[in-house]
Amino acid sequence: MENTIISSRNFNAYFGNVHAVKNVNIDIPKNNVVAVMGPSGCGKTTFLRCINRLHELTPGATSNGKMLLNNEDVYELSPILVRFKIGMVFQRPNPFPNLSIYDNVIAGYKLNGIKLQKKERDQIVESSLTKAALWNEVKDTLHKKGTFLSGGQQQRLCIARAIAMEPEVLLLDEPTSALDPISTASIEALLYELKKNYTLVLVTHNMQQAARVSDRTAFFYLGELAEYNVTKEMFTNPKDKRTQNYITGRFS
Amino acid sequence: MSQLEHELRSLKDEVIDMWKLVQSQLSKALSALINFDKDLAREIVMVEKRVNGAELQIDRDCEDILALYCPVAVDLRFLLAVLKINTNLERTGDIAEGIAKLILETDRPFPQELFEATKIIEMFHESEQMVQQILDAFVNEDSSIARGIFVRDELLDDINRRANDLITDYLQQYPQDLHQALNVISIIRRLERVGDQAENIAEEIIFYIEAKVLKHTNKRIQE
Repeated sequence: MENTIISSRNFNAYFGNVHAVKNVNIDIPKNNVVAVMGPSGCGKTTFLRCINRLHELTPGATSNGKMLLNNEDVYELSPILVRFKIGMVFQRPNPFPNLSIYDNVIAGYKLNGIKLQKKERDQIVESSLTKAALWNEVKDTLHKKGTFLSGGQQQRLCIARAIAMEPEVLLLDEPTSALDPISTASIEALLYELKKNYTLVLVTHNMQQAARVSDRTAFFYLGELAEYNVTKEMFTNPKDKRTQNYITGRFS
Repeated sequence: MSQLEHELRSLKDEVIDMWKLVQSQLSKALSALINFDKDLAREIVMVEKRVNGAELQIDRDCEDILALYCPVAVDLRFLLAVLKINTNLERTGDIAEGIAKLILETDRPFPQELFEATKIIEMFHESEQMVQQILDAFVNEDSSIARGIFVRDELLDDINRRANDLITDYLQQYPQDLHQALNVISIIRRLERVGDQAENIAEEIIFYIEAKVLKHTNKRIQE
């Protein structure tokens, strides 16, 4: 596929003896939003966590096969470098509770011991919060704690923290499942803007969200990538019977 | 069965009921034509309101299902197809009503010779059979039955194409039947449109079942 940024080849992931992700081959194009959906336990979050090597942090978790970022095997790079290049946003907003909004945004630099001039820090904070569509709401309260923000604002703060590191890819694991519809809409609008600069891989249980925000959709079932296609095609004419049964609610 | 499946099943039943009503309107129109039965023609005009009511109800039900269940894939294609089939069925009902009105405004019974010369009765039967065939395709969700319509429509097109010459010949022999002949040619034009509606419905059924768009394509090649 042209402009592919992430590819997996014959990729498998395990928790001990449990084969959670089975022989997945996928190409994710640059500046696309790719939604990953499937029933609970189908391996979608595990696959997402394999992309930036978070999976291996779980005791007993292993994997094999190729996971390529710009044709480089991420399992041959330093995991820290991989996580610089591939940021992640989790289901529940998780700003550092003791840090201010400002310090949350640059936490990635501080934690990795990267020293910055104040001017550089200010620029990164403003630019990241602007990209995360939060700057106008917090520019006068940057030194308040991040936990004072609403759920939707906290999630946007986490997105700002992730993009402050200037990743190429952003992984989002059900980023709106803990948010109300208004906050969900603002995050979805943000995803649309972010794809101009980043590639987004979004795990979601919300099929309408997948349909609304993604360019391509991957459907996982029992650890396998059952179908991967352009989202419009997937939601009007799925090729795999399992996809059709899932998206039309006919799964038994 | 999910709530959505219940809703779609009852919508399908509604469409089938409307289809049968339209079929009954066509069949009464044929009977009114052959027997020059003006009472039956009036009944068709009255019943047309029920066809319109059914169309509005099906439209509303489709809107509700779209708004409440956000269907996708085959369910979405079914709803989109039903919205268009609904319009085509209503137009077929309008055609039956139009034929009934032509019968009502005709002053004398239609001569048997005129029927034979124009093959209008044969055309009527063919139209009815097409509507039945396409209903079978819808009920059984069988796109191969739907595809059969495209060939069948040729007979209607052929009779329609030759109608002017046949009527001209007939009128040279029976000039006193001018009014009847003009109304027969109007009925032939309407029956040709029944074939067009059946073709449109066939396209929608194939879209729903196979996700293929046959509109504005050569259907004979697609078969």
